[in-house]
Formats: sequence, C-alpha cells, structure tokens
Amino acid sequence: MIDWSGYLTLILEGALVTLQLTVMGSALALVMAFLAGLGRLSRFFIVRALATTYIEFFRGTSIFVQLFWVYFVLPFAGLTLTPLQAGVLALGLNVGAYAAEVVRGAVKAVGREQTEACVALNLSRYQRMRHVILPQALPLMLPTFCNNAIELLKGTAVVSLISLTDLTFQAQVVRAQTGNTLIPFTTILILYFAMAWSISIGMRWLERRMSRSLDGVRT
Amino acid sequence: MASPIIRIDNIVKRYGPLTVLDGLSMDVMPGEKLALIGPSGSGKTTILRILMTLETISGGHIEVDGEQLYHMKKGADLAPADEAHLHRMRKKIGMVFQHFNLFPHKCVLDNVTLAPILTQGVKKADAEKRAMELLDMVGMADKAKSVPAQLSGGQKQRVAIARALALSPKIMLFDEVTSALDPELVEEVLNVMKRLAAESDMTMLLVTHEMGFASDFADRVLFFDRGKIVEEGKPQEIFRNPRQERTQTFLRKIIAAGHRV
Ligand SMILES: Nc1ncnc2c1ncn2[C@@H]1O[C@H](COP(=O)(O)OP(=O)(O)O)[C@@H](O)[C@H]1O
Ligand SMILES: [Mg+2]
Repeated sequence: MIDWSGYLTLILEGALVTLQLTVMGSALALVMAFLAGLGRLSRFFIVRALATTYIEFFRGTSIFVQLFWVYFVLPFAGLTLTPLQAGVLALGLNVGAYAAEVVRGAVKAVGREQTEACVALNLSRYQRMRHVILPQALPLMLPTFCNNAIELLKGTAVVSLISLTDLTFQAQVVRAQTGNTLIPFTTILILYFAMAWSISIGMRWLERRMSRSLDGVRT
Repeated sequence: MASPIIRIDNIVKRYGPLTVLDGLSMDVMPGEKLALIGPSGSGKTTILRILMTLETISGGHIEVDGEQLYHMKKGADLAPADEAHLHRMRKKIGMVFQHFNLFPHKCVLDNVTLAPILTQGVKKADAEKRAMELLDMVGMADKAKSVPAQLSGGQKQRVAIARALALSPKIMLFDEVTSALDPELVEEVLNVMKRLAAESDMTMLLVTHEMGFASDFADRVLFFDRGKIVEEGKPQEIFRNPRQERTQTFLRKIIAAGHRV
C-alpha cells in the first residue's frame, strides 16, 4: 500500500509553484500588454516600431523556444536566472504580446468622438487616456484578459522542461516513484481546473463591478 | 472699431484629392453671433473643426484673439504650432458636437466638472458649484447624478452645452446641435441656445439647418456652397431677399423640406 499523504504534499507544493508562476507571469503580462498596446498607438514612430517588433516576435515564436532562450542562452550574455525567474519572464513576455493587441483593440474601440470631445475640452494627451479612454476601454479588455490568464496558467506546464518543480513536474515525480499514473494525473487535472475556474470567477466579478459603475452604458 | 477675434485668411483644406475649402477668408468680430448655412458637404463642419484644431489645414492662416492658431512665431518666421501652443489656443475655444460626445462613464455633474478641474486647476467644490449653476441654466440640475445613458437626446445636448460653457471660452462653436434629435426635442435645446445668445457676449459660430432659429440667433448669416461663401448679410436680407441664385435655390429646398423660415 502506498502512503499518499507525502505525495499529496509534493503535488500541493507543485501547485504553489504553478500559482506563483501564474500570478507573477500575469502581472508581467499585464504590464507588457499596456506598454506595448499603448506603444503601438503612439505618435512616435520609434515607439510604435519597438512595440510592433516585440508583439510580432513573441507571437511568432513558440513559448518553448522562448523559455529555452531565457534559461539556457541568456546566461551566455551574462544573465543567469533561476528557473522561476526564467519561467515568469518567458510566460509574461509571451502572453503580454497577445494581451497587447487586446489593449490596442479596446482603446481603438472607444472611438474618435470621445477623443475629439477631450480635445475640445483641452485635456492633455495623458488626461484623455487616463480619465476618458482607458476607463471605457478597460471593461472591453476584461473578458479577453481572462482568456489570456487561463492560457498562461495552462502554459506554465512548460517550465517543467527546465526542471522547475511545478504541478506537472511533481505529478511526473509521483508517477515515477509510485508507478501509479491515474491518481497523480487526476489530481493535477482537478487542481488545474480549479485554478482556471477561480480565474474565471474573479474576472467575472471584476467585470460586473466595472459595468455597474459604467451603468452598462455604450453609446 | 474693435479688431476681429477670428481672422481666417485664405485657408485651404484638402482630404487627399478632394479640396473642401479653397482659399476661404472671413472675419468674425468679438461677441458676434454667426450662423453658417448651406447644403450638406459645403464645408461648414470642416470650418468649425479647423477652428477647434480637430483637423489640420493644407494652407493659409488663422488668427484667433490676436494669435496664430496653427502657427507660432519662431524668431521672425512662423513655424507650425506644437502641442503646447495648440493647448494654449484651445483655452479660447469650445465646441458642442452634433452627437453630444458626452463621457458615458461619468455622471452629468462629472461630465461638466472634469475639464475645469483638470485643465484650469479649479477646486472640486468650486467646479461643482459652477457646474450646478450651468446645469440649472440649461434646466438639467435635477439630473446631475444621472449618467448620459439615462437621458434623452435633448437632455444630453443641454448637458454638452453646459460642459462646454464650464470652461468659459471666448468663442463657442455649435455644429448642427439639434440635427441628431427627435423633432419634439429640438425646441428645448434651441431655447437654451437663444437665451445664451441673448445673454452672453461670447463669440458664437453656429452651423444649422433650422432657418427660423438662425434668424433669431444670428447677427450675420453666411451662406456656403462648395467651400465658398456665396452670400452673407443680416438674417432678414439673406432669408427674405437672397440675391444669389444658389441661395434662393437652397432656401426653396429647405422650405419644401418642411423647415421653418
Ligand atoms: N475626414 C474626411 N475625409 C474625407 N473627406 C471628408 C472628411 N470630412 C469631410 N469630408 C468631405 O468634406 C466635404 C465637406 O464636409 P463638411 O465640412 O462635413 O460639410 P458640411 O458640414 O457643410 O455638410 C464633404 O464633401 C465631405 O465628404
Ligand atoms: Mg456638417
């Protein structure tokens, strides 16, 4: 008879790593999304070019390759990262590139009339964005941000390839040690699903809050 | 005699191959109430948008309140205006749009106070006090806490007028402010505008298809066709005795379409 409690602890430790990766990766992705998404709308060519290059590059190459680069190649350039740092960096940059297009799309969807009203009221570029455009664009971004965060969560499994002890990695350890496949893999299936589910619920709550303060308005 | 507050000198406006304004010149005196009429596509909106710096111009000069609008002095020469110059010039001008363009995520009161607080450094309490006076003037004080989606078109437009007035610009531009409204809502907005015209010494430029209203409102009427001023004069002259054939044709069509003259 196998004593599962020790193995369960192992898997829960893995869940903690996956959670850390997801939260920190999402935070980085969010920052990158706004930097690059707003950068693509800049009136300066160089800023637009930088943002576009970033987005196209990270959407055009696979997360595996990006992770290997960050972890195995960057050290040659003198930058050595822990597996966790490498995972957060790769995941955050990768998902941030997709989310940047969401930011750009939502800002553009707010419409020229709102910007023109701001010009007529003599608001500065920053004030227009901060007080008029973004408050209306944010609720439009949320549903897709939710998908992005779940994609990121699912993507975290790739870090087991650089021997970071995340949920997937631990499940494989348990499987190797016990010879049982069903129990560890069912456990992580449920844990992944529970995490994705809580992201959905959290986002839906945020969305409701925001649209209430907007009074469901779209004119 | 005072000097003009707006001097439009030979401006050209092109959209790609289409020349909308081809060497247009006109002056507006301080406090003057001007109505711009003419067939659609004749460039009336374009002129207002150019004065609000929502467009660029392809040629010519505009002077507002003694300063170049799209240019600034650089030594002895004129250079294209930068953002800081435009920002300074926009303080003199306000605009009310055909489709109101209220901020849907803010209540009526915040729509009116946002710009004074942000651009003039007015304290929130003072801005709200002034906003309530203005909302009272346009008959919207009881809706101060509503959001735009809860208002009718006429109410939205009255809020938009209050919002533009809150910055106390020297010049106000009104672009067909009633043409997006249901007929029964036009009157309430026109009444506000008439009071405004009678009581304020602001310079006002108005684009409208309401000829009866233009006649009450304006000191001077300009008839536009194809980017040119075809005829101008006092309302009685233009509406009762138009001299140009194109003006006559236009007014006949408007009357046939059921607008009051
Ligand atoms: N952004 C634009 N791009 C191309 N053409 C435009 C644009 N805005 C206006 N025009 C054209 O300029 C002309 C004048 O338009 P406008 O000033 O709106 O006329 P009005 O207000 O007198 O009806 C029209 O022929 C219109 O199609
Ligand atoms: Mg027009």
